[in-house]
Amino acid sequence: MPETYAIAVEHIVKKYGDFTAVDDISFNVSDGEIFGLLGPNGAGKSTLIRMMTTLIPITSGRALIAGHDVAQEPDAARRTIGVIPQALTSDLDLTVEENLNIYAKLYDVPAKERKRSIDELLGLVDLTKWRDAQTKTLSGGMRRRLEIARGLVHHPKIFFLDEPTTGLDPVSRVAVWEMLGNIKNQRQLTILITTHYMDEADRLCDRIAIVDHGKLVALDAPMALKASVPGSNVIEAQFENPPADWEQRLHTMDDVTSVQHEGAGMYRILTGNGSRTTTELVEMAVEAGIAVKSLSVQNTTLDDVFVHYTGRQLRDELQKAYAFTMPQRPGLQP
Amino acid sequence: MNRMMAIVEREMRKFFRSPALMLASMIFPLVQLVILGNAFGGKIRDARLAVVDEDGGPQALRIREAFDSVRANIRTFVPVYYDNEKKAMEDVRNGKLDGAVIIPPQFSRRVYEANHPQVAVVVDNSDNFMSSALESELTDLVTSLNQPTVEPRILQQTALQIVELYPYIEYMKYLLPGSLALAMFVSVMIGGGMLYIDDKARGVHEGYLVTPITKLELVLGLNLAGAIKAVMTGVIICVIGSLMAGVSTIFNPLTMLGLLVMIILTSLGFNTMMFLLMVRIEDPLVPRAMFGILNTLLFFPSGAIYPIQAFPPWLRAIAKVDPFTYAVDGFKCLLLKETTLAAVWGDMLYLTIFATVTLGIAIPLFKRTL
Repeated sequence: MPETYAIAVEHIVKKYGDFTAVDDISFNVSDGEIFGLLGPNGAGKSTLIRMMTTLIPITSGRALIAGHDVAQEPDAARRTIGVIPQALTSDLDLTVEENLNIYAKLYDVPAKERKRSIDELLGLVDLTKWRDAQTKTLSGGMRRRLEIARGLVHHPKIFFLDEPTTGLDPVSRVAVWEMLGNIKNQRQLTILITTHYMDEADRLCDRIAIVDHGKLVALDAPMALKASVPGSNVIEAQFENPPADWEQRLHTMDDVTSVQHEGAGMYRILTGNGSRTTTELVEMAVEAGIAVKSLSVQNTTLDDVFVHYTGRQLRDELQKAYAFTMPQRPGLQP
Repeated sequence: MNRMMAIVEREMRKFFRSPALMLASMIFPLVQLVILGNAFGGKIRDARLAVVDEDGGPQALRIREAFDSVRANIRTFVPVYYDNEKKAMEDVRNGKLDGAVIIPPQFSRRVYEANHPQVAVVVDNSDNFMSSALESELTDLVTSLNQPTVEPRILQQTALQIVELYPYIEYMKYLLPGSLALAMFVSVMIGGGMLYIDDKARGVHEGYLVTPITKLELVLGLNLAGAIKAVMTGVIICVIGSLMAGVSTIFNPLTMLGLLVMIILTSLGFNTMMFLLMVRIEDPLVPRAMFGILNTLLFFPSGAIYPIQAFPPWLRAIAKVDPFTYAVDGFKCLLLKETTLAAVWGDMLYLTIFATVTLGIAIPLFKRTL
């Protein structure tokens, strides 16, 4: 008898006509784990979450939520999960408490339990004094916290959050992280979270899966992922008018494991020895008569992991050029 | 059941929190009732009619006196006296006048000789309503002139004054059942159509779909909420509209009961129809674009503003299946004809069947997934 995972995804595929949005992805999430799904827009993260949360049919493969196959026993799966969709969907005309109450009723939470659960959750997300305020008077961060509370009114075991901090200011983001940490400890939750903030994933997640073009390209703990990237330092250097073969010449330096040209004379170099490569690089530039416009040396971050596995950065302007256009439901995305 | 009522509760709370939307769904039909009721209900007044008297005899004078009495009383037209037939015709043609009456030379003599006396009428028939009003008024006038034993002016005065008593309100009353049905339709269009698709697009339904609510509970909850909003609109418009149009039948308890049943069934029928139309729609622009088309397609053939008996067969066929027709007929019977419930049970039955059938088609079409 194999161990029962909180979430078990087995060879899951989602096709829209000829387009494969999710291509044969498998992973398991253990009880109590915080699992991060990373990937650029259109990589298939939301499609994956929607399949796991019974929102869209699975083309092939299967997903087990607390042992329940989402295709066979969707209602059993729905009762064990809380879901926070990407868009803010709380009713602006209703008060904080009314929003929570209606969802508690949709989950069949008995009246007595409803009151107790809502009181507790309002405390957890720090909205107790706003319980009678209309949702439209709340800030973006507060609304997000309300949605987090809304997803927990029925005491789910597994919590899905689709980009919970997108669009929030840095202070609100940190507040949401702390809140999630507290809630997880108090309620013994398993959390699956999608994000495209690397620092968020690094800080929150026990393990991270990187998804690109609908495929799982890497899966491990953040530390292990960082260690798996060859070279322990990243040098970013910008040169004035480098020659065409400059990339190859940079590659020939000792300890250098990869060089990427990012345009406008900017190169991203992974190396096992940051200081030595830096010295060598400056010497080489002086010798060739090329001016160094900027230079920075960093330890490997999840950004580098991402670049290593997907060949691109998570920055929005770069994503645009690469990202697939997933068949969108009109008006669904903010 | 609890989960279905949660959907209804949400919609109701939202409905009462945004009174502007509530008013919007009521004001449009009321404005239409007042404007159409007054614009179409009236008789033609103060049309300019040239009178060219080429005879000048005593019989021509009688006609001119009759015209003056029209000006003094019903005022369908104002006679403008011309000496010159040519000039009068020219002014009719270039729109300065709405018509011309020519009393030919030797008219009086022909009357006395009983030698087919004739008066010519020239009307601008590019405006049908105007020309037929003038024609009928003049025909009446000539008829009364031809009956010398009766005092024409006195007869005219009494006859015309009866028409004068309620010239506008009559049409407003006629419009009231249609406006009432329209009010419920607008409410359903906004509450059951636009808001439903907007919620879908905003991701509110995604929130519902991750809960264990069943498909049936969700569909019934959404339809019940839409119908309740339409019922509230219907009751309010029924009272306000009846008071505005001077319909007193609503104070009869049995009629009141009949109206309430009709309002409930109409609301259900309209809402399930709208739900069926919207069940697979995702784009929030679609219901807005459909609003005008549906309004024309369903409201106008229903007999709400013009009798069905005047329609060509294909339009009658639309009227036959249109739930509006049955709603308007039911309201008309109860509000204007003060009939008993027995006269409207057919309308009630059709609306019930219509609601059941549309919902029966919509439920399997409704997707429990995104």
